[in-house]
Amino acid sequence: MADKSRRAFMGKVLGATAGVGAVASLYAMKRTWDPLPSVISAGFTTVDLSPLEAGKLSVIKWRGKPVFLLKHTSDITTDEARDIVIGEDRYTVVIGLCTHLGCIPEWRENDKIFHCACHGGQYDPHARQTFGPPPRPLDIPPFSISGKTITLGDEGPEYKKMLTMA
Amino acid sequence: MAHFPKAHGVGEWLDHRLNITALKKVMMTEYWIPKDINFLWAMGMILAFTFKILLISGIFLLMYYKPDVNAAFDSVNYTIMQEVGYGWLFRHIHAVGASVIFLVIYIHMFTGIYYGSYKKGREMIWLSGMLLLILFSAEAFSGYMLPWGQMSYWAAYVITNIFGGIPLIGDELVVWIRGNFYVADATLTRFFMLHVLLVPLAIMGGIAFHFYTLRIPHVNNQTGEDIDFGKEAEKYKENPKRSKIIPFWPVFMAKDVFVLSVFLLFFFYLVFYNYGFAMDPVNFDPANGLKTPAHIYPEWYFLWSYEVLRGFFFDIGPLKAADIGLLAFGFAQAILLFMPWLDRSPTVAPANQRPYFRYWFWIMIVVLIVLTIYGKLPPTGTNAWIGFASSIAFIVMFAILPVITEKEARTVAGGKK
Repeated sequence: MADKSRRAFMGKVLGATAGVGAVASLYAMKRTWDPLPSVISAGFTTVDLSPLEAGKLSVIKWRGKPVFLLKHTSDITTDEARDIVIGEDRYTVVIGLCTHLGCIPEWRENDKIFHCACHGGQYDPHARQTFGPPPRPLDIPPFSISGKTITLGDEGPEYKKMLTMA
Repeated sequence: MAHFPKAHGVGEWLDHRLNITALKKVMMTEYWIPKDINFLWAMGMILAFTFKILLISGIFLLMYYKPDVNAAFDSVNYTIMQEVGYGWLFRHIHAVGASVIFLVIYIHMFTGIYYGSYKKGREMIWLSGMLLLILFSAEAFSGYMLPWGQMSYWAAYVITNIFGGIPLIGDELVVWIRGNFYVADATLTRFFMLHVLLVPLAIMGGIAFHFYTLRIPHVNNQTGEDIDFGKEAEKYKENPKRSKIIPFWPVFMAKDVFVLSVFLLFFFYLVFYNYGFAMDPVNFDPANGLKTPAHIYPEWYFLWSYEVLRGFFFDIGPLKAADIGLLAFGFAQAILLFMPWLDRSPTVAPANQRPYFRYWFWIMIVVLIVLTIYGKLPPTGTNAWIGFASSIAFIVMFAILPVITEKEARTVAGGKK
């Protein structure tokens, strides 16, 4: 009987140790699939908005996606919920993937619309949908403002405020 | 230690140490198969053989393939296709094999459904088979990513995005699976590992397990007759002609090899003269994360479930179209597992001898063919509505299966078994 309980005890100790080891191993394995530090730091892109020319679209790449940067001309109405304001200037900063099926819309400078060739969706200069199948405006990436530059990927107070207004 | 007498010859020497005679009996010469079967019973062996072809052709591709976003496309489309001696042959064998193996898997599955080979006692055969279907799907998906063409990239993008639909952890899970905020090098290298090591290992284990699940219930036969294998084995030893069964080796295999040969003629005809169906032209453009192809569609064998995923294209009440699609997709993936319990009738018989199930079976085949055809077409106008209707039909078919088979069980009760 004593022998039996000793074996049971040893079994429990072995089981507990192996269990801790298994959980620790699983955690280490899970961590190998996490994005690498270099990948995470590459996920924050800082852009200087001051050299942008009003009415002309600039496209940069952020986390593998196109991001539209558009400095507004004076005839574009203001939209407090979606414009990024730096000093006197107002900007549209959005992820350039149509919210319908992910195609990349083009900016038609003369008409002041974003037009998606895939299924004919259209957006106004604030990237709100105005025609066709898109279910919602183009997404605004997380950003923070510092002077004349913005950092994409970082959730600054202006971005958080925008979230509450949407 | 056991006693080892002097052996006369190599065979006997090995037999003393490895007991080969007994092993051969258990695995081959006294492993019994019913006589009353047809060519559809050869699909399992065809699958095992096609897997072997995929494994061997894969080994040769592996020697030149480079899992790196900058090198992958050229290592396949230039090095393997143009420089390596017969590299094109191994690639075409691998691509055609991957496509054809699903055709045979589906035939194998629907043979099982038609003859009721998943019923009482044979549930584990069905479940282990479904496990293999899941593993083969994972293998096909991870392999499709490797050439790093446009379809590779966007298939990876769309499929990994599906996990984003899981509540709470969805977004983080997608980034974790990809190893980046988008489909990138880390995604390619980990799916490369899955494709060439982990999933094939699991498939090999799965195949061994699937064979083992046959051992106790034995293979079903054309009429669903409940054969006493012990008694019939005795009869076979007295007079093979009067027994209802035959040994796996060499009798069953002789016929199996014939069917396999016919299959291989078809297979190599495709490899040499008609491989185009397995090589999507869009995938000959290198991957470009900033340019979505006009239409994204999977290979033909995933089209039916892809159509269920996108069949629900409008919101219903508080439910978003994408979430309904995701739920329906999850349902489609999981429901087949429950076949042995959804079919409430104990009758093991071919579908054409079952009063309601015969209609269910053929309607199901039609629904799956419609889903497959419309899965490839752009989801606009009438196509979207046909996709929606057939997705609903698919779900309804499984919902009514327990009802009609329950009714069947009552109708034939008191009749034959």
